[in-house]
Amino acid sequence: MAALTPTAAPARPGPAGRPEARGTAGAGARRRPRVWRGVVLTLAGLYFVVPLLSSFVFTVHIPNQGVSFAAYTGILSADGFGRSLLLSLGLAAATIALSLLLTVPALLAVRLGAPRLRPVVEVVCMLPLVVPPIALVTGVTTVLRWGPDHLSRTPFYQTFLAVQDESFPIVLVLAYTVLALPFVYRSLDAGLRAVDVPTLVEAARNCGAGPLYTVWRVILPNLRSSLAGASFLTLALVLGEYTIASLLGFRPFAVWIVSVSGAEARMSVAVSLLSLLITWGLLLVLSRAGTRGAATTGSVPSASAVPSASAVPSASASASGKE
Amino acid sequence: MTALPPTTAAAGRRGTAGRPGAANGAPAAPGTRGTRGRKAPGWLGALPLLVFAAIGFGLPVGALLYGAVTRDDPATGATALTGEHLQRSLQGPYLGSLVGSVQLSALTALIGTVLGVLIAQAVVTARGGALRTAVLTASGVLANFGGIPLAFAFVATLGISGVVTRLGRLDSLGWNLYSFTGLAVIYLYFLVPLMVLVILPALDGLRPQWREAAQNAGATAWQFWRHVGLPVLAPSLLGGFVLLFGSAFAAHATAAALVGGSVPLVTLKIADALSGNVLVGQENVALALSLDMIVIAGLVMAVYLPLQRRSSRWLH
Repeated sequence: MAALTPTAAPARPGPAGRPEARGTAGAGARRRPRVWRGVVLTLAGLYFVVPLLSSFVFTVHIPNQGVSFAAYTGILSADGFGRSLLLSLGLAAATIALSLLLTVPALLAVRLGAPRLRPVVEVVCMLPLVVPPIALVTGVTTVLRWGPDHLSRTPFYQTFLAVQDESFPIVLVLAYTVLALPFVYRSLDAGLRAVDVPTLVEAARNCGAGPLYTVWRVILPNLRSSLAGASFLTLALVLGEYTIASLLGFRPFAVWIVSVSGAEARMSVAVSLLSLLITWGLLLVLSRAGTRGAATTGSVPSASAVPSASAVPSASASASGKE
Repeated sequence: MTALPPTTAAAGRRGTAGRPGAANGAPAAPGTRGTRGRKAPGWLGALPLLVFAAIGFGLPVGALLYGAVTRDDPATGATALTGEHLQRSLQGPYLGSLVGSVQLSALTALIGTVLGVLIAQAVVTARGGALRTAVLTASGVLANFGGIPLAFAFVATLGISGVVTRLGRLDSLGWNLYSFTGLAVIYLYFLVPLMVLVILPALDGLRPQWREAAQNAGATAWQFWRHVGLPVLAPSLLGGFVLLFGSAFAAHATAAALVGGSVPLVTLKIADALSGNVLVGQENVALALSLDMIVIAGLVMAVYLPLQRRSSRWLH
């Protein structure tokens, strides 16, 4: 830019000099960003790729012994791996189902029948952002302690026990649904904003469709990509969640990884790496599905940005959720 | 997320401006129900969510608040209000852990904001769509790559027998992953991508015309950023910083898997207290610490949401 003023000054007499001066200044200005851009992107790339690469090296290369893939081949037969992974997947499925079953009707209701409830629903869905998972779990433990303390003579006690069943702890599903609410809400809200729900419903009704048919065949297909986004975020959140599960004494996937890390350091790193790759794969599938659903090629980048944009809060939350 | 505030604002406006309309809508509901008989009221769909939130969220948080400000007398079983737990949570090692958490979060959020903006700006100024898609996708994944897997990836990289530690002989330089600095390096791994996701749309909103106008008026690049770019971006930047702060502040798993108790962090202290590693009579201190955290996180959100609203008003 500093070059612009001197070049432009002598160019003043001839109007023909103008475009030329502008051209050189432009090229100069463009070259400088290219250098810093390269430096920034290279350093960032290194910072983000090196831990992944060295994790891989760490798992396959044993100092003084050479290369071995035992850390990966041993995963499947490792004690507790299958059980904890299945538990996490089951919890994830239940959490996704519950959070969608709760939010979809609520969001449709505030758009169709009760617009005045909308701020209420929004606040309710966003409030969990203010409560870190570790604070939520202290509250949950307090409530669960009431069970033996105060309720052991009442029928509620059975509920307390059932909720904490070791093989499928419903209390985790409830807690995870609370953690997932902000992200599910944001994803669905963004999706619904792109759809004129009242008009669609009216049109469907005019064609003779019943309410259930309208929701199932008209509204939900329009929300496909945001439903997929919400489900993915919830899945990532539940698969990575450690704080609540470990403090309540259950052993889903993330807790299992920590528990094997002492004896099997290599395997815990290998599993961590695999879980990242699986998450990555799911996200790619999701953004592919999102772009396929998009009508125009012009919206492709924005469509792929939608999951990531809606992933922002989710990201923060699932980062905090996992923590 | 960036699109959220306008709707809220619109909803709020509609709420007040449309009060008469809404008012005749609500009383009309019983009337229509009366004529059609079987039609469900409009709020029915929202009922399960509200009931669930009351049980799954309201109950634990209520119990937390109640436990943080009351004390059970073991002799009589009577419950009395007390500020004792909260007071204790703001003293000695507990206060130290709160301060440690705030310091770590503020530092990582600051560095993360700067680095995230640099990367996002590099992506915005590069014209390749492929680079943009790749960075966005990678950021979406990496921002979610917190917790346990991240801790172990860094143990394998920069831990005592980590690959980079051995290659670079970092241990002889005094490098220690299991420290404040180590945690900061790890937290940036999910904070920087988060910032990229937050700030990229805002940087997109900086119109090239503004820059051209500034150039034509003879402004240098520095003057452009000082008087046009940064003021326009300021709400987004602050909002992003606050979001990063909140994420780092709430983080527990990475630290738990990595440093145990060697770095004072409030999340670790709470987990400790919950697991029973606490002096007799101080059981409720975990609840009080959690309440402290909620207050801080609430303040953070109270700063974040209005900023988000304001920045989105500017940039659309």
